[in-house]
Amino acid sequence: MMPVRFKVNGESRELTLDPRTTLLDALREHLHLTGTKKGCDHGQCGACTVIAGGRRINACLSLALQHDGDAITTIEGLGTPDKLHPMQAAFVKHDGYQCGYCTPGQVCSAVAVLDEIARGVPSHVQADLLQRPQASNIEMRERMSGNICRCGAYSNIAEAMADVAGGRG
Amino acid sequence: MKPFTYERASSPVEAARIVANRPGARFLAGGTNLLDLMKIEVETPTHLVDVQDLGLDRIEETPEGGLRIGALVSNTDLAADERIRRDYAVLARAIVAGASGQLRNKASTAGNLLQRTRCPYFYDTNMACNKRSPGAGCAAIGGVTRQLGVIGVSDKCIATFPGDMPIAMRLLDAVVETVDGEGRRRSIPIAEFHRTWGDTPHVETALHPGELVTAVTLPAPLGGKHFYEKVRDRASYAFALVSVAAVIQPDGSGRVAFGGVASKPWRVEEAEALIPLGAAAVVARAFEGATPTDDNAFKLPLAMRALAFVLSQAKS
Repeated sequence: MMPVRFKVNGESRELTLDPRTTLLDALREHLHLTGTKKGCDHGQCGACTVIAGGRRINACLSLALQHDGDAITTIEGLGTPDKLHPMQAAFVKHDGYQCGYCTPGQVCSAVAVLDEIARGVPSHVQADLLQRPQASNIEMRERMSGNICRCGAYSNIAEAMADVAGGRG
Repeated sequence: MKPFTYERASSPVEAARIVANRPGARFLAGGTNLLDLMKIEVETPTHLVDVQDLGLDRIEETPEGGLRIGALVSNTDLAADERIRRDYAVLARAIVAGASGQLRNKASTAGNLLQRTRCPYFYDTNMACNKRSPGAGCAAIGGVTRQLGVIGVSDKCIATFPGDMPIAMRLLDAVVETVDGEGRRRSIPIAEFHRTWGDTPHVETALHPGELVTAVTLPAPLGGKHFYEKVRDRASYAFALVSVAAVIQPDGSGRVAFGGVASKPWRVEEAEALIPLGAAAVVARAFEGATPTDDNAFKLPLAMRALAFVLSQAKS
């Protein structure tokens, strides 16, 4: 067992964990933050997406111990039922989900994608690598390819993201 | 996952010394490939040495006019670096053609070079695999081989190297820098870094046990037009069936390397002299001696067509 300290949604947390514990299991099983979902547990579906150190990652493919000292944001830290994050509100408005299982990961990923576009992180569909990427539909679709939605809400997710990106001006 | 112990190393030499001297010890960088394989017990390390605190996360300019990329620079940070986007666009293109945004944020430069094959028989511990268990045989041979290799393979293993980034690094003549537990440094040209399988498919690179990759150095920029054309079963987030990395100069000369087809990033320098003659001539030379199966023979015409597309783009 080993100690680990990190900030989750702004709150300092300290755990003593079996080194095998993934960040995902630390969040769900030890901190009982069950908003983050376990889908494939192999980095293929994106349901476990959280934001660690400002970057979206698959929490299932990271050991909790790798995150000692990190600041982690989960869906619970983005918004609350009474005060939705603008991306959550846009998902509701645009019907960006059906069963909802992938939604926490989709929302965390979508928030991080808009930040990546703002920071100029390039993508596969960018025509010119030296131009700033745009928050266009094709960019959203490419950048969200690590989040699978079995209900197929993709087009509405892209609409929700476009709404938030547009609102940001 | 099998139990293991974990520590964070405080210097590259210390990390290398621990891994060299402790049986079952492995380096841990991003972990996106290693942890995945540990979950299915294809990888069973007993001790992990986390190398994230070693200051290997910087990109520096070299006196020769190139760039020295720290082993822990993430795929995202490398592709986003303005010097990479401007002067080594083939590398930026290759990186963003691979994996997902989440994985690129975590995956490291050295880890990407060292990633294991996605051969489904390697992943399935109920199947014979000479990589997992040397001498056990290869269930892929005679099996479902559509995604597997057509060249650089052997009668012991027909797996492919799965990466995108290293295809571009091979094209650019990158050099892999390492250090061992005694502090000895090596510079390994990337052409010699990845191996063809031969009789020892479990030996995938030129690294010695416990040798740590510290950086990848790129020579001065080549100029020319840069391309990374990746053909896959879906438009994003899939491994290559075939990929083509190319830099084409205004006079029509150039370099070309292929991914998704071989045990290693596949570049045959003699074939590059044939670029002015067209894609068919280049592919015929680059894939001389290929041993495709009925299931993956399509990769040869696909490579030719992907290269023909690149060459047509280069002219426009």
